[in-house]
Amino acid sequence: MAVPILKQGNYLIASIQAALTDADLFELRNALVTQVGRFRSRGVVVDVTALDVMDSFAVRTLRDIAQMTRLRGAETVIVGIQPEVAFAMVQLGLTLEEVATALDLEEGLAYLVERSKRTGPEIGSHGG
Amino acid sequence: MDQMLTKPTISPMSAEATAAMLRELVAHLRQNRTRLREEWVQRIIEAQLLTAMSKEEIFAEATSVYDSYLDVLETGSVEALQAYARNLSERIIPRGVETHEVLGIVLLLRDVLARELFTRYGSDFGTLNNVLEAYEPAANRIATTVGVGFVQERERVIRQQQEAIRELSTPVLPVRERLLILPIIGVIDPMRARQLTEQLLRGVRTNRAKVAVMDITGVPAIDSTVANHLVQTVESARLLGATVIVTGLSPEIAQTLVTIGVDLGKMNTVGDLQGGIEEAERMLGYKVMPVREATQQG
Repeated sequence: MAVPILKQGNYLIASIQAALTDADLFELRNALVTQVGRFRSRGVVVDVTALDVMDSFAVRTLRDIAQMTRLRGAETVIVGIQPEVAFAMVQLGLTLEEVATALDLEEGLAYLVERSKRTGPEIGSHGG
Repeated sequence: MDQMLTKPTISPMSAEATAAMLRELVAHLRQNRTRLREEWVQRIIEAQLLTAMSKEEIFAEATSVYDSYLDVLETGSVEALQAYARNLSERIIPRGVETHEVLGIVLLLRDVLARELFTRYGSDFGTLNNVLEAYEPAANRIATTVGVGFVQERERVIRQQQEAIRELSTPVLPVRERLLILPIIGVIDPMRARQLTEQLLRGVRTNRAKVAVMDITGVPAIDSTVANHLVQTVESARLLGATVIVTGLSPEIAQTLVTIGVDLGKMNTVGDLQGGIEEAERMLGYKVMPVREATQQG
């Protein structure tokens, strides 16, 4: 199942709706890394609220997405990790280090806005 | 020759004979109820058991126990005694009666009654043996029933208290918008650590918290399992987008953690709860100041 990627201003939002196969994850990674350049996005939010399990491949892919989009100029935030999932991930040693996380989509977007303010006003962005 | 060496064996009694023997025994013990009870109470007081109770109370309880005892000997059913033992335990445990005292008094009664049997049947060795054969298993069963009843009641009380403590033990308190505090008091065992993690993560979600201050001033010691669990909790909270600040690490805990080599690099620690809350407010962009200063500035 492909993950829909929505463009919202300077940001891309990928909302995962169901458990993904490794191929789906790979596709999501490609799509995000490509579209970040096409839309000149400053940030990416990946919403994993719907996932009640996260395996090591999924976590690694999320980390890869964060690092790859960073190389292309966009900060990635993972949002909506469920409490049980979070604790299970930590116990497996999958801690998503150096990847930003937030409670939900709203928080994630707020984080990105806050961050872009800190890194200086954007050209073409209204207000600041 | 062989027979001389072996003890004088008494042919095993039939169940009927045992029952008849017990009936006679019980009748005898009922007849001498007042005297034997008196003697028993005397011995309880001499042995300094049940010191938490007055002599009258001991006497009243002794009467009930004596009668239940005879009932069990007579009927062989311990159900009524079990119920009585539970009831008795409920009443005396809050008064600080110890396990050894309860066992002590039941065993004393057994001894008093056994002595009585010796006095009565001592002249006829064969009968005495038969009587004891019937009496001993019943008496032992009674002692076990009362002891087990007492211990079970104690355990029930302990379980109840543990439950109560557990419910009270990990409050998650919102102090400001998006700021939680978790004051932790008392020893953290693995069970409590798990519960704490659950409460914290759930609290972060329901309160949409950005920062949580975990204060462990009231925790006397931490072992490596619990320390690692705390680190995991902190990391899990980060995955939910919240920062955890740990405050109030005692000198002992700080030394233990470093000595056993727990990786605390990911933990945000501040000296005391006050400092922790100040740090959290700073992270959330709050600034707390006296009203006068604020009006001067504003």
